[in-house]
Amino acid sequence: MIKPWRDMTKSWILISVGLLAAASASAQEGGGIALLKADTDITNTDSLQRGARNFMNYCSGCHSLKYLRYNRMAQDLKIPEAELEHNLMFTAGKSFDGIDSAMPADAANWFGKQPPDLSLMSRERGVDYMYSYLKGFYVDKTRPWGVNNLYLPGAAMPHVLAQLQGLQKPVFKPGSDGNGGAQVELVGVEAMTPGAMKPEEYDQFVRDIANFLDYAGEPIKDKRQSMGVFVMLFLLVFFVFAYLLKKEYWKDVH
Amino acid sequence: MSDAVDPIRAVDPNSDVPDQGRRRLLTAATVGTGVIGVAFAAVPFLASWKPSARAKALGAPVEVDASKLEAGQMLKVVWRGQPVFVVRRATAVVGQLGGHDGLLADPTSDDSMQPEYIKASGAVRARNPEYWVGLAVCTHLGCSPLGAFEPNNAGQVSGVDLGASWPGGFYCPCHGSKYDLSGRVFKSMPAPKNLTVPPYAIAADLRIVIGVDDAPKTVS
Amino acid sequence: MAAGPESAHPGSGGGLLGWIDRRFPLSKLWKEQASEYYAPKNFNFWYYFGVLSLVVLVNQLVTGIFLTMQYKPSSAEAFASIEYIMRDVDGGWLIRYMHSTGASAFFIVIYLHMFRALLYGSARKPRELLWIFGCLIFLLLMAEAFMGYVLPWGNMSYWGAQVIVSLFGSLPWIGAGLVEWIRGDYYIADATLNRFFALHVAALPLALVFLVIAHLMALHEVGSNNPDGIDIHEHNDAKGHPLDGVPFHPYYTVKDLVGVAFFLLLFSAVIFFAPTFGGLFLESPNFEPANPLQTPPHIAPVWYFTPFYAMLRAVPSFAGTQVWGVLVMGASVLIIFFLPWLDRSPVRSIRYRGPIYKTMLGIFVVSFITLAVCGLKPPAGIYPLLAKICTVLYFSFFLLMPWYTKYEAVKPVPERVTGHD
Repeated sequence: MIKPWRDMTKSWILISVGLLAAASASAQEGGGIALLKADTDITNTDSLQRGARNFMNYCSGCHSLKYLRYNRMAQDLKIPEAELEHNLMFTAGKSFDGIDSAMPADAANWFGKQPPDLSLMSRERGVDYMYSYLKGFYVDKTRPWGVNNLYLPGAAMPHVLAQLQGLQKPVFKPGSDGNGGAQVELVGVEAMTPGAMKPEEYDQFVRDIANFLDYAGEPIKDKRQSMGVFVMLFLLVFFVFAYLLKKEYWKDVH
Repeated sequence: MSDAVDPIRAVDPNSDVPDQGRRRLLTAATVGTGVIGVAFAAVPFLASWKPSARAKALGAPVEVDASKLEAGQMLKVVWRGQPVFVVRRATAVVGQLGGHDGLLADPTSDDSMQPEYIKASGAVRARNPEYWVGLAVCTHLGCSPLGAFEPNNAGQVSGVDLGASWPGGFYCPCHGSKYDLSGRVFKSMPAPKNLTVPPYAIAADLRIVIGVDDAPKTVS
Repeated sequence: MAAGPESAHPGSGGGLLGWIDRRFPLSKLWKEQASEYYAPKNFNFWYYFGVLSLVVLVNQLVTGIFLTMQYKPSSAEAFASIEYIMRDVDGGWLIRYMHSTGASAFFIVIYLHMFRALLYGSARKPRELLWIFGCLIFLLLMAEAFMGYVLPWGNMSYWGAQVIVSLFGSLPWIGAGLVEWIRGDYYIADATLNRFFALHVAALPLALVFLVIAHLMALHEVGSNNPDGIDIHEHNDAKGHPLDGVPFHPYYTVKDLVGVAFFLLLFSAVIFFAPTFGGLFLESPNFEPANPLQTPPHIAPVWYFTPFYAMLRAVPSFAGTQVWGVLVMGASVLIIFFLPWLDRSPVRSIRYRGPIYKTMLGIFVVSFITLAVCGLKPPAGIYPLLAKICTVLYFSFFLLMPWYTKYEAVKPVPERVTGHD
C-alpha cells in the first residue's frame, strides 16, 4: 500500500498542505494582547470542585449556566447531594434544573449589557481567554465601574474579584502614555495595590474557575477522551485483521 | 496476448496454493471484529431513545405539603404529566373502609395497579391511613374523576344521585364510574380497575413525595 | 438453505435464496455488481475515496436521522436543542460529533475523489455522464452542507446564511424579490430556518441518494478507469474476463475494508480528541446563539467553501454592481462540469502526459489550497492579491486546457496495466 510515489501528486499535496499549515499558524486573530496560558486539567476533580464553589459564590449572582444541570455537575464532579444543596444552590431551583442566576432580565439597565450566560463561553473563547480575562482587570477612571479589562476593552463587568486580587494599573508602550497627545497603546497590566490573596493563590483561584467553566462548556469532554482511547485501540485491531485479510486474498493477484 | 496469464488462476511458483484455512480464519476474525464494532457503534443510537435528562427532570418526583389539609379536603398535583389526588379522609370514614367489600369489583386490589406496600395496607390503600394518594385518572377512558367525599350525601355532585348508602369516594362524570375513598371501583361500573396508586412516600411532617418509594431525606 | 451453485443459474437453486431469485434479481445483482464485476487490478490509494464517500454518506444519513429525533427546527428552540442533544440525551454528543465531523470528512473525501479524476482522466469518454452525475452530487452536497450549517442557529449560522442568501440579491432585476422569496421573510428568520430544515433533512438527501445510485449505475455501465488510463477490456481471457481485472468481490471488498478501517481511525481520532478541529469543523462563533444585532468579528464560511468564497471576494465591484463576483463564483463550480470536453489529450493518465499538464495540475492544486487559506482570512494584507492571482490560475487550468493538452508531447501508453497495490 505504501509505494514510492509514482505520480508526484502526493508531493504537490504535501507542499500545499505545508503552505496551508504555515499560513494558518502564522498571523493570529488580528491584533490584541497575547493570552496567558491557563494550564488547566479537566481531569483534576479537586480543581473543578473548587472552581464550582468559586463560581457559585462569586459569579452566579449575575451569570447563569443554564445548560448545566446541578445534578449533572454533582455527578461529574463527585459532589454529594447534601453538599450540593447546601453549599452550591442559592436560587429556588431543584437539583435537576439548570444553574440559574439571581440576575433579573432587565439587568442591562444597570450594566449596560445583560451579563451573559456562561455555559458555552469556554467553547466560544477558549479556556486561556477566561483565565486571562479574570486576571486582566485594571483601574480606569473613565469606565462606569472604574475598571477596564486588558482582554476585553470596554468590558461592562465590574471587577468582582478585586478584593481578592487587589487592583492593577495599566502599562503602556514606552512613550505612549497619553501625555503630549501621543497614541495610547496598552501592552499589559501590573499590580498596584495588594488584595486578600497572594498572587499565586489568586492565580489558582481563577485557574479553578476557568477549569470549571471549561468543564461546563462540554461536560462530556473527559469521558469522550477516555472512550476515544478504547475506540482507537479497537479500530487498530480491526485494521490489522482487515489488512492481513487483504494481503492474503491479494496473493491471488499477479 | 499469447503470453497473457489470468492473474487469478495463475499460481506463482514461489508462493503457496491459496490457504483456505488461513482465509477462513482471517475472514472470521475480521468479520467478527466488525460485527462487535457495529454493536458498539449502535449503543449511542439506541441509548439516545432513553428518557433524557430533561425528561427525567420533568418527570422528577413531586413534593406536596399535605400538612394544611383539613378532613374532607383534596389537593391535586401533576406528576409525569398526570393529575394526582391527595385526599385527607376523616378518621370516622377511614374506620368504615372495610365495610362495603361486597359492593366493590376488586376490594383487595388484585387486578389494579399500585406499589406492593399499598396493596399490603388493605382497605385503606395508603401509607398513612388518613391521607389517600392516587392518580386522578379514571381507569375506563382516562377522564378526571370528581371528589364526592361525604358519606350518605347522595346529592353532593349536582345532577347525580349517588344513592343513600354512598360511603364517600369519587365519581367520574364522563360515564358514571364510582370509586370509594380508597379509589376502589364499584361493581358494574364502566371502569374495570381501581384507581392507580403511584409510588410515593409520606414523611412524619406530612410532606408527600410522589414518584419515589423512600421517604425524603431530612435536610440537616 | 441454498442448494447448488447459484452463480450458474440464479433461480434454479433451492431454498430461500432460490425462492427469492425467482421473484427478485438478488443473485443476479450480486453476480453482476460484485462477484463477477471486474475492476482493474491496479487501483491505488486514490481509488479508496469512492467507497469512503459512500461510508460518509451513510454516516450522515444515519446520524442525521437520529439528530432529527431530538432537534427542534424553530429559531426559538434550535440552539437550545443542540445543547440538549450534547448534554441531556444519552449518547447525543457522540451522534452530534459524528455528524459534524462527517460533514467535513465528506468534503475532504469528495475533493480527493474528484482529484483522482484529474490524475487519471476518469472524466474522459466514455465516462462523461458519470462525471456529470458526480458534479451534480457535488453541487447538491454544497447546498446540503450550507443548509445544515444554518440549523444550529448559532451566530455564524445566522450571519453565514445572511451573507450567502444576500448574494442572490446582486442578480439584476430579480435579485431583491428572489432574496425575500428564499428567506420567506424580510430577514433571516424562523421561516428560513424551517424551510432549510425540510430541504436539508428530506429533499436534498433524497436527491443525493438518487444521484449516487445513478452515478454508480453509470460507472458499472462502462467499468472503472485505472491509474494507467487504459481500457482493461481490450485484453480478455478465454472466458471473456479482462486479463488485468479482478472480480470486485472478494478482492476489492477486502481491500476497501482496509481503506475504511484506516479512515475510521482518522475519523474517530477527530471525533474523540479534536471534534472542533481547531475551530475549522465547529466554528467558535457558533457557540453563541444567533444575534441579529451583532455580526461575529470575523465572518468566514466553513473551510470547505472558502476556496469559492475567496474567488467571490477576489472579483471587484464593476459598473456599480457586485454581481461579477457572484458570477465568477458560480462559474468556478460550473466549469468543472465541462472537464470531459476541455481535456483534449490523446492519453488519459498523468503517467503518460507531458510536463505541461503535470505543472498545470500542480499549480491548480496549490492555487485551490491557497484560495482556501485566503477565504479563511480577513481580506487584508497579501491575501486579496493572492486570491486574485489564484483565481486566474484556477480558471486557467480549465480554460487553457484544450490547448495545452492537445499540443503537448505524450509518452507511449502501455498495452497492459503496470503493477498493482
